[in-house]
Amino acid sequence: MATAVATKGTEFEQMGAVPTFQVTLFVRRFNPEDGQEARWEDFDVQVHGTDRVLDALHKIKWEMDGSLTFRRSCAHGVCGSDAMRINGRNRLACKTLIKDLDITQPIYVEPIKGLNVEKDLVVDMNPFYQAYRDINPFLIASDKPEKERLQSAEQHSKFEDTTKCILCAACTTSCPVFWTDGQYFGPAAIVNAHRFIFDSRDEGAELRIDILNDKEGVWRCRTTFNCTEACPRGIEVTKAIAEVKQAILRGKP
Amino acid sequence: MPTMPAGTLYRGKVGMWSWVLHRITGVAIFFFLLVHVLDTALVRLSPEAYNAVIGTYKTPIIGLAELGLVAAILFHALNGVRVILIDFWRKGVKYQNVMFWIVVAVALLIFIGFAPRHLAHVFG
Repeated sequence: MATAVATKGTEFEQMGAVPTFQVTLFVRRFNPEDGQEARWEDFDVQVHGTDRVLDALHKIKWEMDGSLTFRRSCAHGVCGSDAMRINGRNRLACKTLIKDLDITQPIYVEPIKGLNVEKDLVVDMNPFYQAYRDINPFLIASDKPEKERLQSAEQHSKFEDTTKCILCAACTTSCPVFWTDGQYFGPAAIVNAHRFIFDSRDEGAELRIDILNDKEGVWRCRTTFNCTEACPRGIEVTKAIAEVKQAILRGKP
Repeated sequence: MPTMPAGTLYRGKVGMWSWVLHRITGVAIFFFLLVHVLDTALVRLSPEAYNAVIGTYKTPIIGLAELGLVAAILFHALNGVRVILIDFWRKGVKYQNVMFWIVVAVALLIFIGFAPRHLAHVFG
């Protein structure tokens, strides 16, 4: 009996064994205090087949170089803290499996583009949040219902896609227009405006339409589709922006 | 220490590169139009000077540049229609990728029809 259990245990261990392999990470380093330019630093890391880029960064920080600086919080694709440029594309480090990348080549990890780098992979998110604040990201309603405000499934489906945003800035910092013109509201702010403009319970659509019908508003969008491709939540960002453009032309949602 | 590029180029897809190409061809066409308006305006000042300027264009180098101009205008015009459809057609966003390849195919088809005739004219 004991033997049977032991055999079973070994089999189980073999089945559960996760293959490991070595990858090279080129991480963009910048320290405002050492007076040096931003530079690439390479790390050879032993990773499991189930590891994400975030796990590799943890391994570097915890075992190789504690000075490596990056943001992360929930580590499961919900909080939106660890957006970074991985192999030239904006991704969440916690949602990018290393085995899905080309591991015969080094993996390039850089801070997101268009916002000032504070240290290593950490950027100043304040301009991004300011654009979000500027579109009034809250329900504007004058009625005082006794219970909840009712809405049909059909009415909800108009803006359901844009409720998924986690404000990670992957879309805004993938936008070529935003890189050269930091005044542009950017995809994330427009997505969150869309979420309220097309909400039947909201009464602030005209106000938001007016805010986005600006030189630095939706008309800066050149439909490059980088934002749609970068969004870790799969929001059809360019489509949402196109719908806001149409709403502005109509003068109502 | 290996030398490294300053940062990687953003690896955008069809949408981004079509926009880059649209910008480049747009600027190129603008400079052509600038020269074109100036040389055509010359005919009002002096027909002889106009003839002299137009005469200098009849070289193989300008002939090849004209070929490039036609290619640029073909792409810019057709991709412009694609951008308009993305903004104004309800399904434009969904089909932007397919539309790009249609733009390339149609532009190439017209270019292939044009190039031999034009080159025969330039070198003939």
